[in-house]
Amino acid sequence: MKYAVKKLYTFLIFFFLYAPILVLIVFSFNSSKSRASWDGFTLNWYVELFRDRQIMTSLYYTLVIAVISSLAATVMGTAAAIGIHNMKMVPKSICMNITYLPILNPDIVTGISLMLLFIFIKIPLGFFSMLLSHITFNLPFVILSVMPKLKQLDSQIFDAAMDLGASRIYAYRKVILPQIMSGVLTGFLLSFTMSIDDFVVSFFTTGAGVSNLAITIYSMARRGINPKINALLTLMFISILLLLVIINNRMSRDVERKASVN
Amino acid sequence: MRKNWIAYPYVVWMVIFTIIPLGLIFYYSFIVKDDSGLHFTFAHLQRVFEPLYLIVLLRSVKLAVISTLICLILGYPMAMILAERQLSRKSILVVLFVIPMWMNFLARTYAWMTLLEKKGLIASILTSIGLPALNILYTENAVMLGMVYNFLPFMVLPIYSVLSKIDKSVIEAAEDLGGTPYITFKRIIFPKSLPGVMSGIAMVFMPAVTTFVISRLLGGGQYTLIGNLIEQQFLTTRDWGFGSSLSFVLMVVILLSMGIMSKYEKESEDGGLW
Amino acid sequence: MLLVLLTAFAGVSAGCGGETQKTLKVYNWGDYIDKSVIDDFEKEYKIKVIYDEFATNEDMYAKLKAGGSDYDVVIPSDYMIKRMIDEGMLQKIDMNNVPNYKYIDERFKNLAYDPKNEYSIPYMWGTVGIIYNKKMVEGPVDSWKVLWDKKYSKQILMLDSQRDSIGITLKMLGYSLNSKEPKELEEAEKMLIQQKPLVLAYVGDEVKDKMIGNEAALAVVWSGDAVFMKRENKDLEYVIPKEGSNVWFDAMVIPKAGKHPKEAETFINYMCRTDVALKNAIAIGYSTPHTEVRKQLPTELTTDRTVYPEKEDLKNSEVFEDLAESLPVYDRIWTEIKSK
Repeated sequence: MKYAVKKLYTFLIFFFLYAPILVLIVFSFNSSKSRASWDGFTLNWYVELFRDRQIMTSLYYTLVIAVISSLAATVMGTAAAIGIHNMKMVPKSICMNITYLPILNPDIVTGISLMLLFIFIKIPLGFFSMLLSHITFNLPFVILSVMPKLKQLDSQIFDAAMDLGASRIYAYRKVILPQIMSGVLTGFLLSFTMSIDDFVVSFFTTGAGVSNLAITIYSMARRGINPKINALLTLMFISILLLLVIINNRMSRDVERKASVN
Repeated sequence: MRKNWIAYPYVVWMVIFTIIPLGLIFYYSFIVKDDSGLHFTFAHLQRVFEPLYLIVLLRSVKLAVISTLICLILGYPMAMILAERQLSRKSILVVLFVIPMWMNFLARTYAWMTLLEKKGLIASILTSIGLPALNILYTENAVMLGMVYNFLPFMVLPIYSVLSKIDKSVIEAAEDLGGTPYITFKRIIFPKSLPGVMSGIAMVFMPAVTTFVISRLLGGGQYTLIGNLIEQQFLTTRDWGFGSSLSFVLMVVILLSMGIMSKYEKESEDGGLW
Repeated sequence: MLLVLLTAFAGVSAGCGGETQKTLKVYNWGDYIDKSVIDDFEKEYKIKVIYDEFATNEDMYAKLKAGGSDYDVVIPSDYMIKRMIDEGMLQKIDMNNVPNYKYIDERFKNLAYDPKNEYSIPYMWGTVGIIYNKKMVEGPVDSWKVLWDKKYSKQILMLDSQRDSIGITLKMLGYSLNSKEPKELEEAEKMLIQQKPLVLAYVGDEVKDKMIGNEAALAVVWSGDAVFMKRENKDLEYVIPKEGSNVWFDAMVIPKAGKHPKEAETFINYMCRTDVALKNAIAIGYSTPHTEVRKQLPTELTTDRTVYPEKEDLKNSEVFEDLAESLPVYDRIWTEIKSK
């Protein structure tokens, strides 16, 4: 009974999360350009999608920036979280409050202020400035994800490892990191999520010739978001699911192998 | 263990890419330029405290608080269910939780409109089974639904990551000693998960206060929030002084309330933020 | 996914190769050109085009004003052009280098936003009006007043734009939509507050789907969108109210920050060439100011008064001017209306 309730709850939450995605997918096959009327089934938008160089270019920039910026933020943010965790009270709270700043400022403030900075210190607006901005707004999400894991950590573990003669680096890598790994992964996932879907900050910090998907899609809004976008998102979605299935199979195979070895 | 130098790159980074840029923006809050040069002023800041704008600020905080609570209530059980699973594939489930957010925000929100409209999908399903159509698009509820939808993963993931490592033996011990599930939860699980809850609250509440697209699209532009107001000042009206004053006040208010809130995190030995 | 990535990558690297040639940076509204036109230009003139898009005039302005961008050709709207001229952000176009300027309809030259027509060349134009659903509204609609009719409570969509919404209210009251008179503005504010309970929502770009999907009876829209809506839903009709309305223009300009003014003029001239302008007019579906193109367009389009209104339809209409120092007044009114 309890099991059934849990199943149902999980199903409902996932349904809530995926309902709009389903709508999106269905409308990628709609031959009308408007989401308000269904004029029949078509695959035309998929064909047109691959002809659209601009969408493809922005997809490329979106993915590259999301991957690099979330990786960079994860590394820097995890290190920072460990450092901040070890700080004394006052510097610690200063650091944590600074950490909140990029999340609590409206995107428009973050975007315009970063743009002013880049112009001020003469970094040309473009790919690099956009990447720096993404790393900046990703960092807090990593720190806020890793921090709780550190608080949970038994501080004696590290000391014990050191007592047993482990080097500092070794102790971090072999003792601390595995303990906080789920936080690090969470931070990575969340910052990837922030980066892949950012419009405002990207718009203001990018330069000629470099735009991400969000910029392309928001610009389309005035004339109506083209169902090509639905087609693109559908393909992205299916590719990610396929990727997950493959990883999942690998993982369960590994588990089986380990089981058989034992 | 007491070496904290590894945080220094981050600190330097944040000074360059957050503190200085914010300084450049907040400069406009306090400085006016006229023919005789630059002057210091409190005029912009004073204007923020006019009733007209305070109403907007209060409404934004109210909607964000309610949305954050809903996220917590919906998200905590979900995080527990995820954390309980013994499967190796639970990380896959976690990834499945954020994937919807990788699809473009505008496209997702338009899809929500398709679902919620008067003649939308949900309404048609309800009327076809004889129920009255639910009319929530362009209400405050729609705005909150949008917030909950977009920020739920930011609540679930940090809580999940904390819960997944709570020592099972502690929970079993509590149960062996005759603790009801409720007491075990209240005394052991929940306090241990508090740091995750706090992170979740921070990551949901702060973006929810400042969002402007959700209120515009799902609220039909009728529920002006502080985010809308700030965006309007920077883009349409070009009153950067007032725009940055609004966000300055917002920043102070949120940091203070986060500070007060974290006092409740008695658990953590290091006290609050302030 | 791999396929998508590879294609994307191919697209990017194809864009980067080649000898050092001149590049031209063009900044336009999203989905507001026939893309093949750009490829043809690159081939014909051996100039590489970097083509970027923006979502609103205000976004574009904030970015250009800050000074970090060096676009050579930008296509903003009228009031924004006026502001950019006033703030010295644009350079004059040498019309000798743009011989195709002769095709532009005389009616659309020397307008209030660029009185001597030194800085801009119109690209597309249109009107603001009411679109209504004939099945839901007792026609014929001919006045802005219908938007205040209690019969249509919660069936009215207004534009979520302070300039447009206050502007049409001023028009309804018989004033100029560029009014800076406090008394007139106060009156308009009262009207809009009175109207608010009747309004279903203040919408932006999503209005198109709303009207096509019969979600509302009346909406304030731009004529270009009205054409699309009417095509998708036969019950819709567009009208320019008799009190007059706003006639808008998107025009090509050359920012001072641009590094290739000569090539920019070449590009603008190319965009005004009849075959090119025809392609764009067909792809976009908005009204073209190009006299030759208009003759070559299918007659069912050119006789549609939604796209090409008669002179009498426009007799009370005006062009937006930059509000400059009155912007905060409008902003306050709008905030007061919306925070009620």
